[in-house]
Amino acid sequence: MQLIEFTDKGLYCSAGDFYIDPWAPVDKAVITHAHSDHARPGNAFYLCHTQTAPVLKLRLGDISVQTLEWNEPVYINNVKVSLYPAGHIIGSSQVKVEHNGEIWVVSGDYKIENDGLSGTFEPVRCHTFISESTFGLPVYHWKSQQEIFADIRQWVTGNQRAGKTSVMIAYSLGKAQRVLKCIAEITDRIFVHGAVWNVHQALLAAGRALPAVQRITPETNKSAFKNAVIIAPPSADGTPWMKKFNPYSVGVCSGWMQIRGNMRRRNADAGFALSDHADWEGLLTAVKETGAEKVFVTHGFQSAFSRYLNENGIRSEEVKTAYGGEEEEQEKPSTSKEQEEEIAGGDI
Amino acid sequence: MKTFALLIAQLGASTKTNEKLDALAEYFATAADPDKVWVIALFSGRRPKRVISSAFLQLWCMEAANLPAWLFEECYHTVGDLGETIALLLPPANRERSDTSLSSVISRLMTVEKEEERVKKAFVMDTWMQLDKDERFVFNKLLTGNFRIGVSQKTIVNALAKTIQLEPSVIAHRISGNWDPATTSFETLLSEKSSAADHSKPYPFYLAYAIDGEVSAIGNEEEWQAEWKWDGIRGQLIKRNHEIFVWSRGEELMTEKFPEYHALKNMLPEGLVLDGEIIPSIENKPLPFALLQTRIGRKNVTGKNLREAPIAFFAYDVLEYNGNDFRGQPLSARRVLLEEIVSAVNHPVLIISPVIEFTSWDQLENIRSGSRDMGAEGIMLKRKSSAYQVGRRVGDWWKWKVDPLVIDAVMVYAQKGHGRRSNLYTDYTFAVKDGDRLVSFTKAYSGLTDKEFAQVDAFVKKNSLEKFGPVRTVKPELVFEIAFEGIAASNRHKSGVALRFPRINRWRRDKKPDEINTLEDLKKLLQAYGK
Repeated sequence: MQLIEFTDKGLYCSAGDFYIDPWAPVDKAVITHAHSDHARPGNAFYLCHTQTAPVLKLRLGDISVQTLEWNEPVYINNVKVSLYPAGHIIGSSQVKVEHNGEIWVVSGDYKIENDGLSGTFEPVRCHTFISESTFGLPVYHWKSQQEIFADIRQWVTGNQRAGKTSVMIAYSLGKAQRVLKCIAEITDRIFVHGAVWNVHQALLAAGRALPAVQRITPETNKSAFKNAVIIAPPSADGTPWMKKFNPYSVGVCSGWMQIRGNMRRRNADAGFALSDHADWEGLLTAVKETGAEKVFVTHGFQSAFSRYLNENGIRSEEVKTAYGGEEEEQEKPSTSKEQEEEIAGGDI
Repeated sequence: MKTFALLIAQLGASTKTNEKLDALAEYFATAADPDKVWVIALFSGRRPKRVISSAFLQLWCMEAANLPAWLFEECYHTVGDLGETIALLLPPANRERSDTSLSSVISRLMTVEKEEERVKKAFVMDTWMQLDKDERFVFNKLLTGNFRIGVSQKTIVNALAKTIQLEPSVIAHRISGNWDPATTSFETLLSEKSSAADHSKPYPFYLAYAIDGEVSAIGNEEEWQAEWKWDGIRGQLIKRNHEIFVWSRGEELMTEKFPEYHALKNMLPEGLVLDGEIIPSIENKPLPFALLQTRIGRKNVTGKNLREAPIAFFAYDVLEYNGNDFRGQPLSARRVLLEEIVSAVNHPVLIISPVIEFTSWDQLENIRSGSRDMGAEGIMLKRKSSAYQVGRRVGDWWKWKVDPLVIDAVMVYAQKGHGRRSNLYTDYTFAVKDGDRLVSFTKAYSGLTDKEFAQVDAFVKKNSLEKFGPVRTVKPELVFEIAFEGIAASNRHKSGVALRFPRINRWRRDKKPDEINTLEDLKKLLQAYGK
């Protein structure tokens, strides 16, 4: 029997009787990170990284949760479990599972580049690696964060010259904090949507240092937005809520902006391919560095990535999970809306 | 290439006509003349000759990026655009690179036309390595000859009008017709002299909007002339300098495709431009558009083509007579002149598009319901006092189409779309019932809102059964009403029918797959309207 099986409730370790990122309620859930498709409500017990817990509680309310630092093993029914940085968002972790000399690693979502917030992705040697593949096609090749940040700042400065407010569309958990770090270097007039605000507060309360932001409320005077930067989640894009920023320009921050058609579909004035996922090269590097004999590929372009690995001497198989959509982990407005509304507690 | 790539990026990112106009005007104000000529040419459908096949481009890209063919294919189907796929897959450009102008890249491209493959390859690979991602994209677009970027002729004309002192309608006329961007200078293109010297030059077409709501809202019956709205190719028939020219609305010179018109050469008066419909017809009766399609795709017209789909010209307006521009005259006067011209020529290839007599809107509505029996797709309404204007204008010309034919069908295949539908399943194939089996009969790509497309896309991703290359077979569950303008017999389709302008009319969430129409229903429509 495999150390980790693919069941209808999620990734299951029968030797330890626990699940990793289950999509149906279970007794024991090890959580890679706090995005809603990986961390779902209803589990009796949660195990996650210390920095994941605050947002997990914000989203899921009063839950029973145990936290770990990276590389701090615990035993669940004699199965050794430890977490390693995944570099995806704050607190995001890979889960290493060891039993009878066999090692499996579940990547969760990850990126290779160090964004200065989420910890540096650490390759973990293992026999079997379960990898995401959100951007698992060679057309996805990211510019460095430094270059993209320069593009964003240049765009914001241009908007300021034209007397426009810059509305940055970024996921409230992860992307928003990166964007904040980027623009805090050129302006201190940063306003955020309620969903971004709530995550911001949870992170501050947990001791993270973040640049100061102001929450947008119905009372905020419109004149305050002139030439300022707004950070808002995708669910706010195109809603009447945006009207108060007029005149404004919209910049969408997402790996999907790599493709012109996606940008045009979003009606964005600017698109920045700033992603919290590994690009094609990143995925290949990660897979190789684990030294794994067998790679299971989940959510994303799993069939292409898996086939490529097989053709290049790495045994691989695709696995269907309930993470993300088929290949649009975060592209779907519907998924993001649910996620954001949860974080916002309905306060959009 | 840098400024041109920037222009394309600006036009692509912008959703507002005014922003596009500003970007183009800025370009026309600052770019070099030879580059401007090419931009006008490219955006009005005059592309450089295709000298390198896209199969080669694909091959060379795979080689440069070290990728297997299947992975390239996979990327292409996700990105939905070949030029962009290649731009994204190529390895990073050389560090030291120089900027070459648009016109010089194109002229280099034309010099390699007759060279052997090795030389072409060296040119393309070399150029790729000099360009960044956005520049590669536009370079690839030049190579593959496909520049659809959502800029109308009107926008280009208005942008030019901002930088040169000419009326937009004058500019529209001068940049139309038969000119070669490789040998035409910006000055010559827009000068009066060369424009007069070009005998083939058509006038910009006057286009109608569709009537939305009650027809009576446009005014009193007696102010309007009604004609059938023919389903052919809108065209201009020109006789100047003892030669004959036929232009399509897409500004394609089609004279050679329709030898029938040569019979008119010695019969038409000199200095004449007629507006009308290019349409297959036997004994003054129009034949289905499907027959015209058998003609337009061909390089050489055969005797069989000429017998089975003989082309006529249904004239409905006269724009130039005796070498004089008549577009400013009221339609009523132009009509009198047109009738005189057509009856004087008296040849079966030149037919006058008849005026429909009517006294009330109700009566006309009744007549309109018989459009299909006339081989028409509805009625045109033109104000009797109207001048022949430039481009699509509200007010004086209206099209009033009959309701489309509809049939309920289930979606069976899906494929990812192109352009702004990249990486979304938006191209669907539909089937009707035939006993227990489903028979696919049409594809449709439009008619849903972005939100509905997102929902169907999510359904496809969850419910796809098999994958054939880019095509997914989908659980036959979603029912849609398919609308179309016409139906014809076809042996190229399993169902035996081909539809004209199929599109999704609405999503029938209220219907189950077993409530859809049958092949029998389709065949009945074919019998009634397929002739």
